[in-house]
Amino acid sequence: MKKFVSGMLAAVMALSLAACSGNNSSDTSSAQDSQASTSEGASQATIKLGGIGPTTGGNAQYGNAVKNGEQLAVDEINAAAGYTVFELKFEDDESDPETALNAYNALKDWGMQVLVGPVTSDPSLNVASECVNDNMFMLTPSASAEDVALTGSNIFQMCFTDPNQGVVSANYIADNNLGTKIGIIYDSSDPYSTGIYTAFMAQAQELGLNIVVSDASFTADNKSDLSTQVTKCQEAGADLVFLPIYYNEASQVLIAADRIGYEPTFFGCDGMDGILGVEGFDTSLADGLMMLCPFSAFGDDETTTTFVSAYKAAYNDETPNQFAADAYDCVYAIYQALQDGAISPDMSSSEMCDALTTAFTSMTFNGTTGEGQTWDENGMISKEPKVYIIESGAYVLAD
Amino acid sequence: MPLTRLKNMKKSTKSKIITYGIVIVFYLVVQILSGAGLTSSSFEGQLVPICAYVVLAVSLNLTVGFLGELSLGHAGFMSAGAFSGVLVWTVLNQNAPTWLAVLLAFIVGGCVAGLFGFLIGIPVLRLSGDYLAIVTLAFGEIIKNVINACYLGYDSKGIHFSLKDAASMGLEADGTTLINGAMGITRIKTVSTFTIGIVLVLLSLFVIINLINSRAGRAITAIRDNEIAAQSVGINLTKYKLMAFVTSAVFAGLAGVLYGLNYSSLVARRFDYNTSIQILVFVVLGGMGNLRGSIIAAALLTVLPEMLRGLDDYRMLIYAVVLIVMMIFNQSPQMIAWRKRIAERFKGFRKSDAKKKEVA
Repeated sequence: MKKFVSGMLAAVMALSLAACSGNNSSDTSSAQDSQASTSEGASQATIKLGGIGPTTGGNAQYGNAVKNGEQLAVDEINAAAGYTVFELKFEDDESDPETALNAYNALKDWGMQVLVGPVTSDPSLNVASECVNDNMFMLTPSASAEDVALTGSNIFQMCFTDPNQGVVSANYIADNNLGTKIGIIYDSSDPYSTGIYTAFMAQAQELGLNIVVSDASFTADNKSDLSTQVTKCQEAGADLVFLPIYYNEASQVLIAADRIGYEPTFFGCDGMDGILGVEGFDTSLADGLMMLCPFSAFGDDETTTTFVSAYKAAYNDETPNQFAADAYDCVYAIYQALQDGAISPDMSSSEMCDALTTAFTSMTFNGTTGEGQTWDENGMISKEPKVYIIESGAYVLAD
Repeated sequence: MPLTRLKNMKKSTKSKIITYGIVIVFYLVVQILSGAGLTSSSFEGQLVPICAYVVLAVSLNLTVGFLGELSLGHAGFMSAGAFSGVLVWTVLNQNAPTWLAVLLAFIVGGCVAGLFGFLIGIPVLRLSGDYLAIVTLAFGEIIKNVINACYLGYDSKGIHFSLKDAASMGLEADGTTLINGAMGITRIKTVSTFTIGIVLVLLSLFVIINLINSRAGRAITAIRDNEIAAQSVGINLTKYKLMAFVTSAVFAGLAGVLYGLNYSSLVARRFDYNTSIQILVFVVLGGMGNLRGSIIAAALLTVLPEMLRGLDDYRMLIYAVVLIVMMIFNQSPQMIAWRKRIAERFKGFRKSDAKKKEVA
């Protein structure tokens, strides 16, 4: 009898589970209907933007930067227009591909028209193919794996792709004769890091750069101490160490190099942006660090200074990094398409996707991460890469 | 007449029917609701993962609940199955009919995971308790790190493989990369459906329930209850331990294939020890040795984080609290006694009701 009761209870639970989700969906669909009918009536309707990124877990720093950047842009646009142009809903994905898809589906139920996300590469790959199936426009601020944009014609990137960064870095190093012996320290368990590494190696071989250390890699499981990798570079006599890694690990490398008195030129990519904000890190160690990055919070052009001061005012005096800047640009790029008349709020997500795909491949966008940004038919961005050198706690444009 | 037959049925048969019934009723209800357009895409998106986690929980329950060995490497078997199955699918899906490619993917995924289970099982099952837990944990991590460093591709000259980087594979320009190290397998054509998932759930239940109720199953539970006594009556410990362990691994592999074919990209990082622990949580919450409990726990705990999405950042906190409350409600002796008292009272009411009716 007891088993029978428990079986019944289980069946009831399963039923109520299915039923309650069913209820939710009917609620949202009716909400969508009413939304659609009101938007037809009013001319000042709202476009629903969805954002996905890790706001909890190990990658929360990137996700929160993107969330803040997007929210700031949306707030600014709404305030300037005097009505709600964009409504942003940002869902957490814990940087997990499975959760990202759940987040995407939740946003779809909410009535999202354009997706501005996800933040990291693994989730983006999963979500991108779903976006292609649903014909949903996707503009990711920071998922830089090449495969993301190649998933479909409606997937666009605001950041450089990883291979692109590797090639540009190798070219820059060769053109400016920055190093005669080059060492590389990278994270072999991270797609961002391996993506840059692979392209850099190929390009370096073509340019005839002398790479002395190419196997000093680490993985996500053993990155608490990177002194072995640094020592390896020192022993091989590398005078330039290429660091296609994120700023937290890079700060470990700089500390380890300082401890053994090793002073090569360090060269990083856009993941390095944020190193000056690492807690408990002596920023003087970063002096002379070079990095390839589309954005500098120390820039003196008007777009950048407005953005940086607004961001600081909104988020406890925090300095925005390139994640926030790319996210901010994403929202403004869509706003530009709206102002150009390419899209209107009463479009369905699929119509909007087609219109935005056409608009993005033909428009030129000026934002915090560079002037004259354009997208090719693959959805990859072309903007001028800039190399910065850190001097006494500030970014200085290298020539 | 059918009612009396139901009453006279063997207890285990009745229990079996209820277990299958839950799965089938759940399937039918979801099909009807989605046919009527009443399910949200958020819920529909979780159906395949639910099936995968149910199979994982049921299969781990065989090791943990019935064999009585703590295994923390279940995600490793899932990973081995997922990668081999998805590889078969990506290679075959252009050349073979879909049903055949999918079937082969499942068979290969299950076999590879089973083979790993066998290889790990031989040395490891001589250990028990904490030692086994640590070794299986290490196995899961090894699988993860090896696949993370693995580059595999093919071109006109054949198959290329490297553990260093993509360039050292020496692939021709027109070659195809299958596994790209940390990026895993990308651009998978997704093919998993809820129906395939439910079939897999029913298959795993069928095999595992029958195994448990067979002679071999009684030997397995005898080993759990007292290894020395079991040995003294002539039960071959290694054989039956391996049987349970390998069966468990095979179904973990099948669940991995189902999971892998549901997403367009597959990375080894997803199958770390957190996933193993998560599956163990399903088993412990559902009750060790209780298959029906595993099914319900796996399904509930998979949808729970999504149902809590409205709470934003407090989601994981609430999830943990709910988990603790559910554990206490389900497993604490005091709570079990309290639940029994309530059930007695409920029964008592019904009896007195019946008596009143008789009097009337």
